[in-house]
Amino acid sequence: MTATDLGMPGSSRRTPAPPAGRLIDSPPFPVAAKQYLADSQLRANLHHATSTIRAKRARVTAELPNWEQLRLAGEAVKDRVARHLDYYLEELEQNLTANGAHVHWAADAAEANQIVVDLVRAKGVDEVVKVKSMVTQEIELNEALEAAGIAAWETDLAELIVQLGHDRPSHILVPAIHRNRAEVREIFLREMKLYGRAAPDSLDDEPRHLAAAARQHLRDKFLRAKVGISGANFMVAETGTLVVVESEGNGRMCLTLPETLISVTGIEKVIPTAADLEVFLQLLPRSSTGERMNPYTSMWSGVRPGDGPQEVHVVLVDNGRSRVLADPIGRKALRCIRCSACMNICPVYERVGGHAYGSVYPGPIGAILTPQLRGTAAAIDRSLPFASTLCGACAEVCPVRIPIPDLLVHLRHRVVDERKRSHLGLEQALMKGGGWVMASGPRFGLLERAGGLVQRVTGREAVGPLPWPASLWTRARDLPLPPEQTFRQWWRANRDPLCHPERSEGSLRDDEATTVTSVTSASAEAAAE
Amino acid sequence: MMSESRTTVALFATCINDVMFPDTPKATVLLLERLGCRVEFPEAQSCCGQMFTNTGYYKEALGSVRSFVTAFAGYDYIVSPSPSCLGSVREQHPMLAEWAGDKGLWREVEAVVARSYELTEFLVDVLGLTDVGAYFPHKVTYHPTCHSLRVAKIGDRPQRLLRQVKGLTLVPLPDAEQCCGFGGTFSLKNPDVSTSMAAEKARNVTSTGAEYLVTDNPCRLNIGGVLARSKSGIKTIHLAEVLAETEGGAR
Repeated sequence: MTATDLGMPGSSRRTPAPPAGRLIDSPPFPVAAKQYLADSQLRANLHHATSTIRAKRARVTAELPNWEQLRLAGEAVKDRVARHLDYYLEELEQNLTANGAHVHWAADAAEANQIVVDLVRAKGVDEVVKVKSMVTQEIELNEALEAAGIAAWETDLAELIVQLGHDRPSHILVPAIHRNRAEVREIFLREMKLYGRAAPDSLDDEPRHLAAAARQHLRDKFLRAKVGISGANFMVAETGTLVVVESEGNGRMCLTLPETLISVTGIEKVIPTAADLEVFLQLLPRSSTGERMNPYTSMWSGVRPGDGPQEVHVVLVDNGRSRVLADPIGRKALRCIRCSACMNICPVYERVGGHAYGSVYPGPIGAILTPQLRGTAAAIDRSLPFASTLCGACAEVCPVRIPIPDLLVHLRHRVVDERKRSHLGLEQALMKGGGWVMASGPRFGLLERAGGLVQRVTGREAVGPLPWPASLWTRARDLPLPPEQTFRQWWRANRDPLCHPERSEGSLRDDEATTVTSVTSASAEAAAE
Repeated sequence: MMSESRTTVALFATCINDVMFPDTPKATVLLLERLGCRVEFPEAQSCCGQMFTNTGYYKEALGSVRSFVTAFAGYDYIVSPSPSCLGSVREQHPMLAEWAGDKGLWREVEAVVARSYELTEFLVDVLGLTDVGAYFPHKVTYHPTCHSLRVAKIGDRPQRLLRQVKGLTLVPLPDAEQCCGFGGTFSLKNPDVSTSMAAEKARNVTSTGAEYLVTDNPCRLNIGGVLARSKSGIKTIHLAEVLAETEGGAR
């Protein structure tokens, strides 16, 4: 896909077209991962970016003596909100309305998009500026606006790179993490002129020159815009206040310059009181950008005459969240404050990047959130809970203590259970047989005698490359063969009090013990009879 | 030491050790006996069931939960050389009993879990030892497995024990706490990512110039497989096998 056939002024589109196809139709994770693993440029970009941000996060979280208490508090507040979500949402609506904001409820993406499209149309404008927002990515708002003839301009630097690059975000905090500065320069030179102020011909790949080009390009759009669209990091029920934290100031521009502000947020973003921000405004920047404090924190409570937007709308989006809430284990994923610490620490994410996850939410949080929000009907969503080694590094850094590995296992069980109902495959049969064997020590003991036979027959201690399915393991690693004598057999031959009553009391000498390895399994078995 | 006062320890060998790495439970027996314990091996034991649980097969894992409580119900000290399997017993057996809605089983599991120790926890916390009288005159590096750090949470006990081994030089492993990519069935379901992670871990191990990599056996299967394929010449060994070595019986 090239810029010229999709993004030229004069074609039917107003904004750069994202890649064709729907995310939910993405190939299963292992297939996509294989493709991205082969991209050495992507690997280098990701390794550099994630290791830098990991180190920063580690430094600024270690310096707080009460970091664990903050995490516990964050967890507690979010769990309380989940238990009483209906109450806090109604309180929020009441206070927002009292502050002069209009509250809209959207059950799903289609409803949310329609509400926004109608609101923008009612203002009689054909373009909007946007603050970086995950939920508008989730509901694909930009494409819904584009279909209605409305251009939505991303104003966050990285989101701009993604949009101009006809691309999709690959990270929730640094959406263009998969791009390096040389690629960004090329995108700016090629695309900016098609959608507004061109990048200077002399543009090099110095980060500050790239940022200056973006600033120039966006300035016209900020000053022209009548409608701004944002998400929210937090919504305070008690005061009817929305909060956005950001680093670049583009958010502040979108939140204050346009006459109309439309904030689209997931219903789980509500928190009970303004005092709770004390917890989250410490947890979030330290976990996400590795900063002690983010550069811009904007809060707005409805409409104030003569100051900022004079018309404020808040669209509260469910889009699967109530379903997630219904599962007391799965709902822990709704604690997420979108900091991205889990993906920055994840060794799987670091190798394949966000696009392999076929989801707006990539990495460990995406692997537990997306199959819950979208369900497990699609192949990609069934594969996501398995896209982890369960190493647990994500849970260790999560600022709201989401037990990500436990939720991954929980969702694996859900996927397996659903599959069991539809058909019996090889894996199910093997697991069932294995479960039967392992339910009994003696049964396992009988089976394992067969293991030693392999080495006795082949005369080898390890094997190299083997055909499929063993090739999944052996194409990169040797596989040791089981020794001739199992531990169970050794025990019977050397320690079992029934066979060696004289040994059940008194200790063995070490040298005596070393000789036991030379006992052949035949005699061990004879001793066991 | 008097036999009357000897601590009786029930060994949870684990299925992978039983079949693939019998030297590890053997070494555990020898080590604990050398330290004055009486070791028993309840033959009703099989497996922690982790492979089933972590692949999503809860029902199939329940048999392992039941065989574990049957095998170990009567013991005060249940000790396993595998932090991964012991971690699964601790963290997943109660969850599985709860999932099955079996209150009786849950109570039995909780009781057994409270008496279960990973080998280094037993040595350091119960026996109060970091010097177990071992001798291993080699340069080694140590990979702390993800499950030892984040599930069983055994901390730096392995390194404290290793530092007291006579003749042993412990060299730090770069990015030691990063996963080796094994992940049980992950290595088969996501073979390409798994291989990439194992290769990086093996590169880091090789960079240390160590003769031996000390790690738990599931990861040893993975990292050791790569080290063997590349003819790196680096041997892999379980911590219990290092601690069981004494002067005179050195490798």
